[in-house]
Parts: sequence; structure tokens; C-alpha cells
Amino acid sequence: MSDSVSPAPAALRPSLSELFLAFVQVSLSGFGGALPWARRMIVDKRGWMTAEEFNEVFALSQFLPGPNVINFSVVFGQRFGGAAGAAVALAGLLGPPLIIVMVLAVLYDRYGDLAALTRILAGVAAAAAGLLIAVVAKMAAPLFRKGLHWAPLVAILAFIGVALMHWPLPWVFVALAPLSIALAWVRP
Amino acid sequence: MNSSPLVALAGYFALLSLFAVGGANAAIPEMHRVAVEAMHWMSDRQFADMFAIAQVSPGPNVIIVTLIGYHVAGLAGAAVATAAMCGPTCVLAFVVARTWDRFKEARWRMAVQAGLVPVSLGLIGASCFVLARAADHTAVAGLLTAATALVAFATRINPLFLFAAGAVLGLTGWL
Repeated sequence: MSDSVSPAPAALRPSLSELFLAFVQVSLSGFGGALPWARRMIVDKRGWMTAEEFNEVFALSQFLPGPNVINFSVVFGQRFGGAAGAAVALAGLLGPPLIIVMVLAVLYDRYGDLAALTRILAGVAAAAAGLLIAVVAKMAAPLFRKGLHWAPLVAILAFIGVALMHWPLPWVFVALAPLSIALAWVRP
Repeated sequence: MNSSPLVALAGYFALLSLFAVGGANAAIPEMHRVAVEAMHWMSDRQFADMFAIAQVSPGPNVIIVTLIGYHVAGLAGAAVATAAMCGPTCVLAFVVARTWDRFKEARWRMAVQAGLVPVSLGLIGASCFVLARAADHTAVAGLLTAATALVAFATRINPLFLFAAGAVLGLTGWL
């Protein structure tokens, strides 16, 4: 079985503890998404993967359901250390942020009604929404540049179903994903 | 402790995680629909606050799920919601990672990959819509959202500066 798993071609193979520490570092430096930091760590600083290998693992983690960077840590960890590697990378990525966010949750619970904090969070929330809009715009640019194509249409339908019609996500997904995949099959 | 909120959290987030193609941000509208509109776990404002807290904390965006779980059922709720959102997809990722390379050149794989991109784009777009509506109660807040979007799109500025600007504007009573 194990020979079906492609061995990591890069010369450097991290040990389990190196893997754990690397993902701890990624988790603590990544604001507004951890993937760019994962790339810096893995490709630029440690040389554990080439840029191409990274892109492949990245594409796979984006395509799988669930949090992308969590998927990434599992796929990356299993490639270098099997089940133990996946567990260690995941723990490194999720552990420190969980502790921090729990402290914030307790503080919010206690002081969430404080006028000053309410005002600060209102400002941050407005900025955070804007940041996500920019992310979407960057994603959408290549898709909409295709002109008359099914892909922008599918994106618009998904938006209408979830944002305007308030339909549950599973319904929208089950209706649109097979259609979109079929269209990608017929005219890539 | 009443166990039913824990069961609801576990079942709900485990199901949600399997449809969250495009990551946690793609699932924001669905979380909002359930947490605010269907279950009345929190107000619109509280939901926007939690997204803001999740964004300013380091690490993956998915920790908004931890905050929702904590709000609903304390520490146990936080643990259950996080595990439910990450567990099933981690197992899936692990299994797929072991076999994926075999299908590298398969046509169905490329179709699946290309077909899911526009779906997740639409879902994340819907997240923007839901979050902006929850966060922007005044015209100035709307302007702040628009300005942040423009700056973040056109430059490579560290998002922390944008959050800081928003915090200062909020604290000084502009919003």
C-alpha cells in the first residue's frame, strides 16, 4: 500500500517535532488566513517542498471541503510522516490559535457589552468585511475575464441562492456542484 | 448541563464542514443563517463581532466556529463545535491525500477541481454580503468596508493595519 504514496522528492525531510514547530509558527504568524505563511515557511525558508509541489498540495486542500489550511496541514503532514505527521501538523496549526481565541471568547463574554469594546469591534468588523471582499475580487478576476462562460454564471447563482434567497448551503451545493462539474467536463 | 445544544452543535458543524468547499469563509452565510436566524443563538451584531475577533486572532479563520460554540455552550461547546467542523474533513483529507496522486492526470479529477472553483467563489461572495450587512449599520461603516476592500485589493498592505484603522475609527465614534 505504502508504495502508492509518492515519496517526498525534496532532499530535506522534517522530523515530527520540526513539523509540529513549523506549523505552530505558521499558526501564530498568519493573520487573515494562514496559507501564505505556510508557503513561506515550507517553500522559501525550509525547502521542504518545491513551489510546484506546494501548489499541488494547495490545490488539493482547496478542493476538499472544510477549512483549507486545516486540510493543508493534514495532507502535508501525512506526506512526510503518515498518520503521526498529519496529527502533529494539525495540532501545531490549531493548538495555539485555539488557546488565544478561548481567552478572547472569555473576555468578550465578560466585557462584550462595554461601550468602548463594542465600538472597536464595530470598526474591525466593517474592515474585516472589506478585506474579504478584496479576497473575492482577486479570486473572481480571472474567472470573469473568460467572458461568456459558464463559470461566472455558476458563481452568480451560488451567490443569489445563499445571499439573497437564504437557502441552506447543502441544498445550493447539491444543486450547483454536479451541474458545475458536468459543465467543466464538457467545456473545460 | 443540558446536552442538547452540544448535540445540535456537533451534528450541525459536522454536516456543514462537508459542504464548506472554499473553506470556513464559504460557510459564513450558512453559519449566520442557523446561528442568528434559525436557532437564535446570537444577534446579528454578535455574529459580526465574532467574525471580527476570529479575523484579528492569529491562525486559521475556522476558529469563528470555536467562538460560536463557546457562546452557545461554554468550553464544552467550543470543543465540540471545533472538533465537529475539523474532524470529518481531516479524515477525508487524510484518505484522499494517500490516493490523490494516482489520479493526477484523470479527466474527472480536473473537471471536479475546475467545477468547484466557481461554486466556492459564489459562496465566499455571499459571505461578503452577509458580513457587510451585519457589520455596516451606518453609512460611514459602509464607506469603511468599501475603502478597506479597495486598499486591500490594490495594495499588499498587512491586514493588521486595516483592522487597526477600523478599530481607531470605531473607538473614536465615527461609526
